[in-house]
Amino acid sequence: MNTVLEAKHINKYFKNPVLFHVLKDINFEVKKGEFASIMGKSGCGKSTLLYILSTMDTDYDGELYLDNNLITGSDNKHLSYMRNKHIGFVFQFHYLLTEFTILENVMLPAKKLGEKSNQEIEHDAMEKLKMLNIEHLAPKRASRVSGGEKQRVAIARALINNPSIIMGDEPTGNLDSHNAENVFNIFKQLSEEENLSLLIVTHDEDFAKKTDRIIQMEDGKIIV
Amino acid sequence: MVNWSIILNIAKTHLLTKIKQTSIAALGVTFGIGSYITLVSFMTGLNTMLDDLILNQTPHIHIYNKIEPSETQPISLYDKLKDNFTIVHSIKPKLSQKKIHNGLPIIKYLEQNKEVKGALPQVKTQIFYMAGSIELAGNLTGINPLDEVEFFNLGDYIVDGSAEALQNTDNSILLGIEIAKKMALKVGDRIQVSPINGGVFPLKIVGFYQSGISELDAVQSFSNIKTVQRILGEANNYITDVNVKLYDIENAMTLAQDIQQQFNLKAVDIKTANAQFETGTDIRNLITYAVSVTLLIVAGFGIYNILNMLIYEKMNDIAILKAIGFSGKDVQLIFMSQAMIIGFVGGVLGLLIGYGLSSLIATIPFETEAMPTVETYPIDIQPSFFIIGFTFAMLSTFLAGYLPSRKAKKIDPVTIIRGL
Repeated sequence: MNTVLEAKHINKYFKNPVLFHVLKDINFEVKKGEFASIMGKSGCGKSTLLYILSTMDTDYDGELYLDNNLITGSDNKHLSYMRNKHIGFVFQFHYLLTEFTILENVMLPAKKLGEKSNQEIEHDAMEKLKMLNIEHLAPKRASRVSGGEKQRVAIARALINNPSIIMGDEPTGNLDSHNAENVFNIFKQLSEEENLSLLIVTHDEDFAKKTDRIIQMEDGKIIV
Repeated sequence: MVNWSIILNIAKTHLLTKIKQTSIAALGVTFGIGSYITLVSFMTGLNTMLDDLILNQTPHIHIYNKIEPSETQPISLYDKLKDNFTIVHSIKPKLSQKKIHNGLPIIKYLEQNKEVKGALPQVKTQIFYMAGSIELAGNLTGINPLDEVEFFNLGDYIVDGSAEALQNTDNSILLGIEIAKKMALKVGDRIQVSPINGGVFPLKIVGFYQSGISELDAVQSFSNIKTVQRILGEANNYITDVNVKLYDIENAMTLAQDIQQQFNLKAVDIKTANAQFETGTDIRNLITYAVSVTLLIVAGFGIYNILNMLIYEKMNDIAILKAIGFSGKDVQLIFMSQAMIIGFVGGVLGLLIGYGLSSLIATIPFETEAMPTVETYPIDIQPSFFIIGFTFAMLSTFLAGYLPSRKAKKIDPVTIIRGL
């Protein structure tokens, strides 16, 4: 199996207010099609790790590989491009651009990538929305849909550029059990049918248990 | 690679959803640019009018024979007293004629010069206007009326009557309006004038001259050059002054110096004669620009404020955009283009409003005794004002947008997404 994401000897310190060693020599990898979850107590560094893996946080020691390419030390422009093309995000709070329609929100990353024509992008976006059973929301403003729907829109947006990996920071943390179940099923389906890699940070033990692999963290270290 | 269509699309959406704030920011620019255009048009109009009042009638180079003492007295030619200190008492002006020697050939020579638009002969003399036993001192200038109209806008200063009548009527006079008032004369009447060396000549009044400077109007009259030559009993090559008009006023000084050396005559250029006008013009321009720049700076602060607020409100959006692959530069461009759109729309509106307001002012009646040719408020609208105004609008909005947008560029998405 191919490795999609690999972290080697990652160390991170918080310097304010006092020097604090958040992540201590993190080593792990995510393989293609793998559905992994990171679990741990609050403050164990799991979100911090995710944002390093997501390339948004560049202040760390160690090496990070995406599709076997070293991306540590790249400039911001290249990192933005990598995020755009290879990484899809789903956050706890369903961050959509409220002034745009659902369809526009989903299309945005693809437009930024600029590899396809607008019509193709729109077609792709509708496909993703259909896949998640929310195509009827397409013309609505992002501010006018419910929380569970927003999270599904966020997933559609994460998928639009057919990324190598989807990362989630407590994507179900803000949803009721029904919607959480729903989101999990979508992830599971993506992993099985589309052979997509997923790396989800979560508190939810039930959620984690159903994933292929649980990465347990404690005090800045991976214990399992 | 910058994907402009999406950046502009996001900028547009932000602006449209905050249309109130956007309009206020744009109105600030509109107000600044509008007042700049109006002010500068008005000021330039005023400057032009004031300059015209004096400068249009003033020759670019005025050539005449100056009565003055010789610069070197004969004693300085005497070698034996070379190293001595000499004092000559009671120096008298050098005996010379008022007329310009070889006046007509000099005019011909000047007219061949490519820089010269026209060189007009004049005969200036002191006369008395006779009203019964009262004699009023005055100046009579012999001119070629039609040429004076063409080159020195004499026509603007003729009230009642015309230059043609002066040209065509023998023994006619264009009388200063204050003299006419004093003597209760009207067009068609006759007035008797007497030159200094005696004799009385009746002249027919064909019009009145009003320069707007009442002291001048109380002494100055014009007549045909031939008439004046006849009154003085001089031949038709008798010329006391030559007025030169150039294509480019900037050449006046050097040409005046050349003429002075070449013909041994006094030649005064317009800048030397009217230095104070330049100063006035410069200061008025300075005030105009100071006021306009202040207005635009205020407008710039408005834009700065509104963009700053917008960026605080859009923290989440900025974080999302960065998370899904927009670089800091893209985000900066989004906010920069918002500022530039505000500047562009506000600027264009300002230009239109400025143009409208200036045109409106130009129709408001403004009549004053001093300026017979002026009927409405003076406005001078020039394309360069619009170019300057627009450039300034774009420049100030660029600066006002740059600082907030740089802040947006530097926002760390992780901090916002984690809700810290």
